[in-house]
Amino acid sequence: MTTGNAFLVLSAFLASAVEMVEALTIVLASALARGWRSSLAGVGAATLALAAITAALGPALTAIPLNALRLAVGALLLVFGLQWLRKAILRASGFKALHDEDAIFARELADAEGAVHVERAGLDWYGFVLSFKGVLLEGLEVVFIVLTFGSAQHSIPLAAVGAAGAVVLVAIVGVAVRAPLARVPENLMKFTVGVMLTTFGIFWSTEGAGAHWPGSDASLLGVLGFVVVFSVLLVQVLKREKLEAVTA
Amino acid sequence: MKWLRGFGRFWWDFVIGDDWLAAVLVAIAIGITAAVAHSHLTAWWLMPVAALLVLWLSLRRAIRSA
Repeated sequence: MTTGNAFLVLSAFLASAVEMVEALTIVLASALARGWRSSLAGVGAATLALAAITAALGPALTAIPLNALRLAVGALLLVFGLQWLRKAILRASGFKALHDEDAIFARELADAEGAVHVERAGLDWYGFVLSFKGVLLEGLEVVFIVLTFGSAQHSIPLAAVGAAGAVVLVAIVGVAVRAPLARVPENLMKFTVGVMLTTFGIFWSTEGAGAHWPGSDASLLGVLGFVVVFSVLLVQVLKREKLEAVTA
Repeated sequence: MKWLRGFGRFWWDFVIGDDWLAAVLVAIAIGITAAVAHSHLTAWWLMPVAALLVLWLSLRRAIRSA
């Protein structure tokens, strides 16, 4: 497996795992407050919608010439990745609250328990919609990453395998634990995904713009190292700034 | 029309997020990289440097507005 493909599978797996942990929190809150039947129906409907989106967009993306695709995908991933990385750095340096699955679960559960019961098509509508929206919105990010990474690397199936692995793993652990996966190092994983997205974004936007990397695909490791170092440095600089602001 | 606006808003929030300036700067950096590359000059280093600068600027904007 090439460096690019290994990164592809790892990135899709991590991004999918992060999003699925978040989706699981919503589905669990919905299931415990409104019943499993409606919530699982919501999960099923959202999964079908995501599969339809992937099936419709996947072949269309592979028909675009590689350089144009890498330029567009690189630009999108870089903008998207910088968003993730900015939030992760703000969290790691104390400027933004850490993502807390337990707190989110408690909030979702309270909202779901307080909502009025409306029945449609034999389902508790609130439970269905809550699960559907949760899985669809979190899943869309996974679909976006799988399609962009996969098409630019010419390996959508490989990216899908990485993402599916995470879905299965989170589902198995979720069923076994039946609680939000608060012990998953989600903030670190989000930081890692931000680094990966930014790395691929830099790499492909440069190639798409017509420039050539010294060492071709192997330079992906160099870009990754650069992004990791500057991200960690930024965390340290901002941590110190935050500490000075607090003690001043 | 309302649905279309909502759809556009969703994708804007999804990809661009709360810092549109970062997206504009990334687009400018890609344009400069393309121009330099087509002048047969070494251009691969431009995007990493641009990403670092955009991230720093975006972080400063986020901290200022917090």
